[in-house]
Amino acid sequence: MKPELRNRLLAVGALAVAGTALGFIALGNMGENLVYYWSPSDMLAQGEKAYGPTIRLGGIVVPGSIQFNSAHTALTFQVANDRKPDAPKVDVKCDEVPPQMFREGIGVVVEGTWDSSKVFKSNRLMVNHSNEYRPPKEGEDRKEWEKKYLGDPQAQR
Amino acid sequence: MNATLGYSLILLGLACAVFAAVVGITSGLMRREGALKWVQGGMYGYAAAMIGSNLVMVKALLEHDFSVKYVAEHGSRSTPTIFTIVSLWSALEGSILFWGAIMGGYLLAFTLVYRKEHGRYMQLSLGVMAAVATFFAFLIAGPAQPWWIGKFWEIPLRIATDGPGPNALLQNHPLMIIHPPMLYLGYVGMTVPFGIAAGALLRGELGDAWLVPLRKWTLVPWMFLSIGIILGGWWAYAVLGWGGYWAWDPVENASFMPWLTATAFMHSTMVLERKKSLKLWTIALALGSFVLTILGTFMTRSGVFNSVHAFTQSDIGPTFLVFIAIILVFSVALLTARGHLLVAESRLTTLWSREGSILVNNLVFVAITFTVLLGTLYPLITEALQQKKISVGEPYFNAMALPLGLLMLFLMGVGPVLPWGASDPKVVRDQFTIPAAVGVVTSGLCFAFGFRGFLPLLEFGLAAFVTVVTCRELFLPAQQRMTEQKESFMTAMVRSATRSRRRFGGYVVHLGIVAIITAVAASSAYKVHNSGTLKQGEVLALGEWKVRFDGLVNGTEANRRYLGANVTVIAPNGTESAHHELGAPRMNFYMTQNEPVGSPMVQEMVFRDVYVSLLSFDEKANTASFNAWVFPLVGWIWYAIPILVLGTLIALWPQRKQGFATAPAQAVPSGSTP
Repeated sequence: MKPELRNRLLAVGALAVAGTALGFIALGNMGENLVYYWSPSDMLAQGEKAYGPTIRLGGIVVPGSIQFNSAHTALTFQVANDRKPDAPKVDVKCDEVPPQMFREGIGVVVEGTWDSSKVFKSNRLMVNHSNEYRPPKEGEDRKEWEKKYLGDPQAQR
Repeated sequence: MNATLGYSLILLGLACAVFAAVVGITSGLMRREGALKWVQGGMYGYAAAMIGSNLVMVKALLEHDFSVKYVAEHGSRSTPTIFTIVSLWSALEGSILFWGAIMGGYLLAFTLVYRKEHGRYMQLSLGVMAAVATFFAFLIAGPAQPWWIGKFWEIPLRIATDGPGPNALLQNHPLMIIHPPMLYLGYVGMTVPFGIAAGALLRGELGDAWLVPLRKWTLVPWMFLSIGIILGGWWAYAVLGWGGYWAWDPVENASFMPWLTATAFMHSTMVLERKKSLKLWTIALALGSFVLTILGTFMTRSGVFNSVHAFTQSDIGPTFLVFIAIILVFSVALLTARGHLLVAESRLTTLWSREGSILVNNLVFVAITFTVLLGTLYPLITEALQQKKISVGEPYFNAMALPLGLLMLFLMGVGPVLPWGASDPKVVRDQFTIPAAVGVVTSGLCFAFGFRGFLPLLEFGLAAFVTVVTCRELFLPAQQRMTEQKESFMTAMVRSATRSRRRFGGYVVHLGIVAIITAVAASSAYKVHNSGTLKQGEVLALGEWKVRFDGLVNGTEANRRYLGANVTVIAPNGTESAHHELGAPRMNFYMTQNEPVGSPMVQEMVFRDVYVSLLSFDEKANTASFNAWVFPLVGWIWYAIPILVLGTLIALWPQRKQGFATAPAQAVPSGSTP
């Protein structure tokens, strides 16, 4: 075998080994850090397989389920698949201060873990902004929410 | 009227691009060099039409001409003028139109700069660039056209009197005015090196003539891409209020990957120009950077990814996939067909040489690109194959990028010391002694001052090591001139820098990168976070810093009303700085949009930022909930932008003419050894 050819083979071989090793490490590492997007029913359907990995649970905040503890530091509520009263629900405990938009009936994504205690423990709460940034529809009164958040404009300085 | 004019200009641009592409490539392949002026004419026509069309759109936006589709969807009478202009790139159709203008600008500049150049590969290169321009002109004319409401032959029944205005997130901060154009300048600019490389490969003449243009025209988009990426991080940090600047979001990754391969290219091209080896590899990097920018555009603009950037869903995805497939097949075919011309003329003898360290550097860059690509595409693949929705978490990317990034930092210190070709181990060892000692002392000092954690301390040590090596490379030639030629410090610096602009500029860029990596390490390892609900007058502790809540406030601006929480930041020495009214962390309520947009307060200081974001408030109880952080050194990520720009400009500045004519390879001066 010519020395050039041998060197070339060696180089290609070394690259292949390094590439495979990198791929192996990357895939292994990725397996540990996958985040699953599930709705409550998806997650419940997984049974015990859902215990452990990081999950992003997406759904609707069940009306009437929001409760703060007395110090206002921890929050519990329920997330349901949809707005139907009999939709699958999951209890969520969240130790993050929720954003202003958070309210009953709004779409949320909570990131956290699920285990046999049947309470989803979350450290991250995201409110689903509607994907489209749109102006108020006809018949939808923008003044309503403005008043709700900012008070009556005439009353201001 | 505006719609008709704008759309006609797009069609004209499309025709010019098709013409230039067809004439350029066919005449180039047939070696009819007389056709060059026709190709150039096509390029000028394309540039004029595209830029003109954009001006018409800006005019329509400013006139609030709601008969134009894009204006009706993204304009508004209540938006301030500056943001009305910016709306041009605030949504899908407009940003693609804007791409057309930038493409026009690049092609115009390139054609003008090389107008006197002999045909040879030039008309093939122009042809390939025109082919890429054709694709974008086609997108603007068809799938993503911004002009007509409904079918273009129908007259709209009802013209709106006002529109929703641009996305509130984009109106929320002035950085949005410059971040997208910078990024687009980076993305679109990669078309030029792609065209140069593809033209030379098509022609089959792979001498040295095209290497200098290839390098310079990669450096230009590289600089804009760097600025765009950093500004994007800064914008996310200053606007989104989650206290971060980088989340390994698919769209961030999309801009990072071509940056990595272009950076790798910039290093391997030195080996190509000097040692005539790594040819195939270097060309592959140039072509690959372009493919990655198109993939990035696809990710940003198709809506297939869950991302903060996926503002609009659209159906241009399939068109893009076809285009990506075409350029991939084209690139691979070119490299296979011309591979035999790209044989190395010298061999790598040892890794302990400049070329050896650059080879390792390239492997590391490609490894990072590969892991980022894998993590970005993996969710798409599993969703397609198994209908499972997953995402790859940030820890994956951090775990992969951290060791590779530190290795890269180490190489930045090692590479400049090693000479080209074989090296004398003893000389090399002597060169390493001082920088390595400074590195160890730095780590030790940081430890003594109470900083803990293996990785950040390692990073600080490496950063000091690289800084010493780089500064020595920057100042040593000047110092020699001062002693030998008795020049003053300034003269010696300027003279030594102008004699090897590229090397000097490269090292300045290295200093900027060291600043960025150090800022990333310090701000993520030593940040302090706290959150809580405060009554008026209460204080939130952030390590030695404190944030006091001074009460709620509201007010009105031209396009929005806001509700803010006045806060005072109290430094460890008791100094108070108030952030009231407009400066308070707040929620903005845009006149034309439904939901409030948060806006954090950032007290920027040289060594740390205090960052307070308003989460919620209760007017009756007069309480507010905050998320607050102290981030050490974080600002240095964006303060590094001018350093990067300065370095790039020094490297780009043309050498004096005679230097070019006699020996273009002189652009790479000899190694560091004095």
